[in-house]
Amino acid sequence: MAGMELRALRKSYGGLEVLHDIELSIADGEFVVLVGPSGCGKSTLLRMIAGLEPITGGEFRIGGRRMNEVPPRDRDIAMVFQSYALYPHMSVARNMGFSMEIRRRPAAEREGPVAAAARTLGLDRLLERFPKALSGGQRQRVAMGRAIVRDPQAFLFDEPLSNLDAALRVEMRLEIARLHQRLGTTTVYVTHDQVEAMTLADRIVVMNGGVIQQVGTPLELYDRPANRFVAQFIGSPTMNLLDLAADAAGLRLGNGATLPGPGSAAQLGIRPEHLELVSAEEGEIAAQAQVIERLGSDTNVFTEAEGIGLLLARVHGNVDLRPGDRVGLRLMRDRIHLFDAEGARLPTAH
Amino acid sequence: MAALRRTPPALVAGKYAAIAAYVAFALFPLYWLLKIALTPDALIFSDGTALWPSELTLDNFRTVIFQSDFMAYFRNSVIVSLSTAAATTLIAAAAGYAFSRFAFRGKRWVVALMLLTQMFPLLMIIAPIYKLVAAIGLLNSLTSLIVVYTAFNIPFATFLMQSFFDGIPRDLEEAAMIDGCTRLQALRVVILPLTLPGLGATLGFVFTAAWSELLFALMLINSNDAMTFPVGLLTFVSKFSVDWGQMMAAGVLALVPSCLFFLFIQRYLVQGLTSGAVKG
Ligand SMILES: Nc1ncnc2c1ncn2[C@@H]1O[C@H](COP(=O)(O)OP(=O)(O)OP(=O)(O)O)[C@@H](O)[C@H]1O
Ligand SMILES: [Mg+2]
Repeated sequence: MAGMELRALRKSYGGLEVLHDIELSIADGEFVVLVGPSGCGKSTLLRMIAGLEPITGGEFRIGGRRMNEVPPRDRDIAMVFQSYALYPHMSVARNMGFSMEIRRRPAAEREGPVAAAARTLGLDRLLERFPKALSGGQRQRVAMGRAIVRDPQAFLFDEPLSNLDAALRVEMRLEIARLHQRLGTTTVYVTHDQVEAMTLADRIVVMNGGVIQQVGTPLELYDRPANRFVAQFIGSPTMNLLDLAADAAGLRLGNGATLPGPGSAAQLGIRPEHLELVSAEEGEIAAQAQVIERLGSDTNVFTEAEGIGLLLARVHGNVDLRPGDRVGLRLMRDRIHLFDAEGARLPTAH
Repeated sequence: MAALRRTPPALVAGKYAAIAAYVAFALFPLYWLLKIALTPDALIFSDGTALWPSELTLDNFRTVIFQSDFMAYFRNSVIVSLSTAAATTLIAAAAGYAFSRFAFRGKRWVVALMLLTQMFPLLMIIAPIYKLVAAIGLLNSLTSLIVVYTAFNIPFATFLMQSFFDGIPRDLEEAAMIDGCTRLQALRVVILPLTLPGLGATLGFVFTAAWSELLFALMLINSNDAMTFPVGLLTFVSKFSVDWGQMMAAGVLALVPSCLFFLFIQRYLVQGLTSGAVKG
């Protein structure tokens, strides 16, 4: 096992730079999740770590050793592809033992690790099958088995669960978490799925447009997003954004209510779960309920606030409301985020 | 649902009738070939267009095999066609892999150039080719045919092979390279076994093309020793008569290697070798 260092890493295709100055240190045994919108460069970064894409600039190290010029086979990393990439003409057992086969380990020596991995993943009975005779979830397991058998310095995952249905995804997510707890292997994991990112990661790397926006633990990103992009990207449903006017009294909301805060603030962010739903008289913001989504455990109340626009409040349990009802909204003061005109985070008053 | 999907029997019958009609239409010339080959010489004209010969004989085959140069032509054709198929497929597979997997400078120009070579009618370049082959002293040799056929078949074969490589997910060889393979190992152990249908199809296509080529063979070969079978067929046409029975018998025999060849490669032509590799 080993940590990784990414120093001023850049990637260009032709004249087009798609990754800019990526700086990241990954500790030994850490589980790092890369998230970001489609096309932001997550896969490209992962493939550079794997050695499948040449590194245009900067330096990449594993365990202190420079890797820029090292071919994938010598990096001692294992990768699970979104497509699984199982060898269709080989049985499950041969797929899993392939890395040892190619290193000319005798067949007798290969059986042990393959059997052990198969047991961990519940593939014992499928070892003689071919990939085309497996379900999506089983293929996924074989792909993971192939990685485990390697006992590598690091695991790389590129959206490994995105081809599975919801229930199976939850199951495999748990499996990956368990596996990491047991093996403690350094892992870099790319996903679109917020829940996967929040639940699996020691640290999350949020990327946008080939630039790292923020690196932090899941709760750091949730509580203190470094900018408007991260604030909107992390958390579901998405954070509400309110435009502010600044004057001598402090910050003024669209409906005239004032808040203390820096005079330069341009926008206020508040997560739906941090908007309190109160009676129309009590609220800081008067609004009208428009759509009410009852999820059982929670209720999403979409409201139209005068002078502000659409605001979403998320309430625990059920609420007795009907579309068209007048409601009041109150901002939890210690949960307010302020952003300047460029979207950077500003210190809040409390 | 099942009730909704069931096709009316009349439609099924109609479909099979249409297919049968088409097959009969397509195979009729072959039947005619066989029929005339089996008809005794004396009866060819009197039988005329009767669907079934009034008498059967193997004389034509006997004459062709034992009393003509046919076996020599046949051997020449086998040498030329096999060599062409092997050389072309080897080169086309390498080129197709490069086109499919690598980005390199001038790729578009090479592709454009290869397409360009396919645009000229062969008749236009037959004279320069003749001059070239004569200049290097390869007239009347099988080598000249192999070289020319290979050159002419490479562009199409390359595009064919490229499309087969394109059909194999890149992830597979990348997974293999991460698992410890060099690119060449990944190609050999993972990609090649999955390309067998493509190789089979290309081999078959080039073999058949070389097997039946007449124009260049006619131009570049004069001596009886180096004649391929399509040229040899013409020797059954003399100034005064056409020996139909023997010519047809030779034609039937010429079909044999093509059929054998396809029988041999057809198990590689089955689709679905890559199924299960990736979940799309
Ligand atoms: N071979 C290539 N040539 C040119 N541009 C490329 C190439 N591969 C990727 N790109 C570009 O690099 C950027 C990053 O692509 P990448 O696949 O890393 O995105 P991603 O974050 O993984 O997206 P997704 O979430 O959709 O998988 C994209 O804008 C893409 O268009
Ligand atoms: Mg991607």
